[in-house]
Amino acid sequence: MTPRTLFFMRMRGILRKEVLQILRDPSSIALAIVLPLVLLFIFGYGLSLDAENVPIAVVLDDNSPAAREVSARFDLSPYFKTIHLTSMAEATEWLNQRRVDGIVHLQSDFSSSLFSRNLSPVQVIVNGIDANRARLIQGYARGVLQTWTELRQARGEPVAGPAVKISQRIWFNEAAVSRNFLVPGLITLIMTLIGILLTALVVAREWERGTMEAILVTPIRRVDLLMGKVLPYFILGMMGMGLSVVVGTTLFQVPFRGSFVALFILSALFMLASLGFGLLISAAVRVQFVAAQISIVAGFLPAFFLSGLIFDLDSTPRFIQIVSHMVPARYFVSISHTLFMAGDVWPVLLPNALALAVMAVLFTSLAFRKITKRLEG
Amino acid sequence: MDFVRRIIALMFKEFVVILKDPKSRFVIIGPPLIQFFVFGYAATYDLKNVRYAIFDESRTPESRQLLSRLAGSENFELTKTLLAEKEIDVVINCEKARLVIHIGPDFSRNLHIGRPATLQVIVDGRNSNVALIALGYIGSMVEQYNQELVRKGVVSMNGPGVVLVDRAWFNANLQSRWFIVSALGGLISMVVVMILTSLSVAREREFGTFDQLLVAPFNPAEILIGKSLPGMFFGLMDALLFAAGAVYWFDVPFRGTIGALILALGCFILTIVGVGLLVSSLSMTMQQALLGSFVFMMPSVILSGFATPIENMPHWLQIGTLINPLRHIITALRNIFLEGTGVSMIWPQLWPLLLMAGFTLPLAGWMFRHRSQ
Repeated sequence: MTPRTLFFMRMRGILRKEVLQILRDPSSIALAIVLPLVLLFIFGYGLSLDAENVPIAVVLDDNSPAAREVSARFDLSPYFKTIHLTSMAEATEWLNQRRVDGIVHLQSDFSSSLFSRNLSPVQVIVNGIDANRARLIQGYARGVLQTWTELRQARGEPVAGPAVKISQRIWFNEAAVSRNFLVPGLITLIMTLIGILLTALVVAREWERGTMEAILVTPIRRVDLLMGKVLPYFILGMMGMGLSVVVGTTLFQVPFRGSFVALFILSALFMLASLGFGLLISAAVRVQFVAAQISIVAGFLPAFFLSGLIFDLDSTPRFIQIVSHMVPARYFVSISHTLFMAGDVWPVLLPNALALAVMAVLFTSLAFRKITKRLEG
Repeated sequence: MDFVRRIIALMFKEFVVILKDPKSRFVIIGPPLIQFFVFGYAATYDLKNVRYAIFDESRTPESRQLLSRLAGSENFELTKTLLAEKEIDVVINCEKARLVIHIGPDFSRNLHIGRPATLQVIVDGRNSNVALIALGYIGSMVEQYNQELVRKGVVSMNGPGVVLVDRAWFNANLQSRWFIVSALGGLISMVVVMILTSLSVAREREFGTFDQLLVAPFNPAEILIGKSLPGMFFGLMDALLFAAGAVYWFDVPFRGTIGALILALGCFILTIVGVGLLVSSLSMTMQQALLGSFVFMMPSVILSGFATPIENMPHWLQIGTLINPLRHIITALRNIFLEGTGVSMIWPQLWPLLLMAGFTLPLAGWMFRHRSQ
């Protein structure tokens, strides 16, 4: 028999064992197929940064036509659900009880100072506890006042437009739908889950039960072992990815502007980096309990917090940015955001792909050495 | 007395199982603390150093004045000065800058003849939240610039206009860190407790020692209590440590009372212990237990209001979040830290937690005996 046929025989043996093991414990299949679907569903509906129908109190101390017109603009805005209250004391009470998220207040001299001094303040008070939401609400209020100004201009009434006007364009996501960047990020999270958590557990279990030693005394070489371990989970992970892309683009109508070839190659790289990391953890600690803890602490949570999935990395302190470069998910989040929304922009994709390739090689070879050392030690 | 003695014996064994292995001992304290600090810094919605490029075709004192306002802000960081319109494309596509400020050649002429001058802002929408918040900053900056133009008499108010005066209560500077860090402790202690408790029964099942425990003179209630206490202890310890870290390290205000904090965290950890033990009692292997706790943790983090507001969800999902324990503790923590809620006002968050604990703990105890191979 040639060495090549021997290699395939060994590979077939170990692959058969791994596949049987996955099939026998349906929880890992559930992880690859059911979990992505459930998560996509929950993420798609549950995770949104777009505020709509924000309950807001409107207090008019001035009953002039101008004041009523401003309040009507707030009524008509899709961002707000207005509640008309008669006094500031009452509105303050509502804000404190969290029944409204903000107050729009037009003072009693609103229209008189509007026409005598040409400038009248509109007071907007927001609950600042959720700072991000508060900022968005302020932005929406500014927009409402601007449409009012434009309306008056259109009617030919004398009105002071701002000297400098902003014309804004949001590229790749004209309507600024947060789902369009959250759903691609989810794919990263699902692949991390399969690549790191599942792999780390499976291999650690073999050490813990002593079956690893049993495998190692067979004529299987360590390269075969590593490949046999990686391949089934690689396929599971890629299945999860494919499923997420299909559901994301159909159910949630997230655009996909890149090419599928690029997506396939780049996600394969990310999958390999994650798998390598998972293998490394399990080879290093050999106890399921600890392997699980480490894969959550060093794999899953950083993929959520340090990847740019929700929280933007540019705004974090320098040392966080340095730490984030050690997280494979960071590179894939950037890749998937670009592929989904911008297209195949190679100047962005290539450096990220390179980083993932380096990590894949590094983690796998470290895992390989760790297994070797364990045997000699 | 016998009852207490047996529980102490069992509890002692559980503590030994966790503490005897140096790796698992470390895992309870070290990584959660590191996570707390790293994520406390990483999880922010405040914009800092947003990279931007300028394309100034006007090159007049007016345009430079406007741009200098932006340059002076710590929210933005100038990376490139463009010389041609077609560069905008490349800069945004390749993420060299998150936004490009374009001032047309007729900017200052328009200003002086009283026509509106346009400032074009092109933003990378790949992260739509950053895009919107950055546009908000630029909007208020331009508003201030406009007011200054009027004050200096460069342009005159030629008709009535309104000005937005905005104020934020409870958090005047709109720092998102307060919002995130006050709730972060609840999230991390949930992860620790879930892993500890979900493995406790499953480990014994996998090693076959659970049958020994069942034939030992313990009744299910005693096993339940013995298995819950270590999780309660370590969870509460971690959570209180994080609360201290939030106040003393991240300078989050603490406006409520310590009593309310301990009460809320205690009820929350009890609920999580219940969920963890239920998952554990349903699992035959440690792997199943860990996957099970993941299936619980992932959605509960997403649907807790930790990162994105519950108000933004569809109505049916908002109702669904009521059975999520993490949602209640996050609301409670934010109320205690930022609004100054005391023991008497924390009840709306407590009873759902106690109700859930009252359901999951007995069910887990029942499962100990009734699920076997």
